[in-house]
Amino acid sequence: MSLLTVSDLAIGFGGIRAVDGVSFAVQEGEIVSVIGPNGAGKTTLFNMISGLYTPDQGSVELAGQQVTAMAPHRLAARGLSRTFQNLQIFPQLTVLENVMTGRHLQEKPSLFADLLSLPSSRRKTRETEATARLLLDKVGLGQAAALEAGTLSYGGLKRLEIARALAAKPRLLLLDEPAAGCNAVETEEIDALIVAVAGEGISILLVEHDMKLVMKISSHIVVLDQGCKIAEGKPAEVSRNPKVIAAYLGSEAGDDAAA
Amino acid sequence: MRLSPKHATLLLLLAILALAPLVFPSSFYYRVFALIYVNALAVTGLVILLGFAGQVSLGHAGFVGIGAYASALAPMHLGLPPLLALVFGALLSALVAFVIGRPILRLKGYTLAIATLGFGILVSMVLRNEAWLTGGPDGVAVPALGLKDGLKGLGLKLKTSELWYWTSGIVLLFGAWLALNLQHSPSGRALRALHDSEVAAKTLGVDVARFKLKAFVVSAVYASISGSLLALMNGFVTPEVAGFLHSIELVTMAVLGGAGSVIGGFFGSVLLTALPQALTFFQEYKHLLLGLIMMLVMIFMTEGLVPSLQRRLFGRTS
Repeated sequence: MSLLTVSDLAIGFGGIRAVDGVSFAVQEGEIVSVIGPNGAGKTTLFNMISGLYTPDQGSVELAGQQVTAMAPHRLAARGLSRTFQNLQIFPQLTVLENVMTGRHLQEKPSLFADLLSLPSSRRKTRETEATARLLLDKVGLGQAAALEAGTLSYGGLKRLEIARALAAKPRLLLLDEPAAGCNAVETEEIDALIVAVAGEGISILLVEHDMKLVMKISSHIVVLDQGCKIAEGKPAEVSRNPKVIAAYLGSEAGDDAAA
Repeated sequence: MRLSPKHATLLLLLAILALAPLVFPSSFYYRVFALIYVNALAVTGLVILLGFAGQVSLGHAGFVGIGAYASALAPMHLGLPPLLALVFGALLSALVAFVIGRPILRLKGYTLAIATLGFGILVSMVLRNEAWLTGGPDGVAVPALGLKDGLKGLGLKLKTSELWYWTSGIVLLFGAWLALNLQHSPSGRALRALHDSEVAAKTLGVDVARFKLKAFVVSAVYASISGSLLALMNGFVTPEVAGFLHSIELVTMAVLGGAGSVIGGFFGSVLLTALPQALTFFQEYKHLLLGLIMMLVMIFMTEGLVPSLQRRLFGRTS
């Protein structure tokens, strides 16, 4: 049984089919990449899978269970976690608190206990803090724990988001362009991090523009263009596919510049 | 060991509470400070709603009104003793907040502000117009709490103004303790997270609608108890207590002092309650000066008085 099965998923915005009948599956422990030119519908696809958008058609199954259009917080409880292309960090919280928030589902907060600072509440905070510090060390932000998150560098924020998503103990992690806008060194760091995470048995669905990275780490690749799946397969197969080459380079020079 | 921000705040409040009377020139100041503490209690609730969860309410005086009138009317009509009337008001406010919070908190930003404003106006209209129950615009008398007699029985003699100084101060201290506990707890982190990014909080499993509602209900209880204390302290209550101006005052106190911090909300209450008294010296320029000070604080200390000062002095906020 696949961990994630996406069947015939489609959504339109004002007459434009942003994603049109896309199907694919992610097996347990796999790294699957979704690639495609800008505007191909990759982030829209992610937003439907993670419950932020309600698809017009099609279905999403997580571990064999129907989860189409389920509220994001319920999906999170079923083991789906994600990061965002345009960064959704909590800037006023500290770096440490950002990651601690990722443990919300494990904490199962009780308002009453928290208001009165009962031992159960303090114990949860202690345990969460310990876990969060380990994760921060893992992504190389251990030294920055006490800083306000808004003060981190761009690459640091990207890694912080991954640490926060990992804190939720996902079975499936959706990473939306984790290396976008990062310099070469930062990209290297994030590459290594993704491989390490996958090594722990967490399945990863990745949107990424860095082809070198995608080709290197993906089990298989789904290629989108203008909302449709135009190819799927192992990295080597996909990179030779004429449709993929056309979509990336444009069948006529200059087409892609507008996208 | 360094003092945690929570304990530092509590210690500071305790010190102010204990030491302020030593420099009071007259017993009139007991009353001014009791007013500060009562306002600060409602503002602490707003710090939870506005500062932690990032949800604005321009109708919180509605809950102050519910608390105040519960203290006035519940002993008369339901035969409740004054202390139970306060609890009754708090429960009623929580229930009302729970019921109206569900639909209202789906709104964001200024639409939420207007919807809560509507709620506040609704409450004050009911209090003004249902004269058969509330006494209408003239208000209604509030039965005494009976604390003074109780203390006298224990051999402790306090003037009324002193009694209310200590009562409101101790209740505020307790309210501040709860809010500070919440701030760095699992629930508090969820609230502060959804303040910064609802979408990220959702994908981490936070039931955003439920947590907003929790913050709204808790802050309504703070406002309600503040209203009950105000009514008991004055022995009389009029619909103004639930009015639009009082709602605005409370939000202004929170934002001016620094909505994200409990001690900020406290100093916001000090500023807006005490400054008008202090500025009476300037007679007709009083309101002009008050407005000017408010504008200057917001222009130069965007985060509010206390967080901005902390950042300037210590390079960080707590």
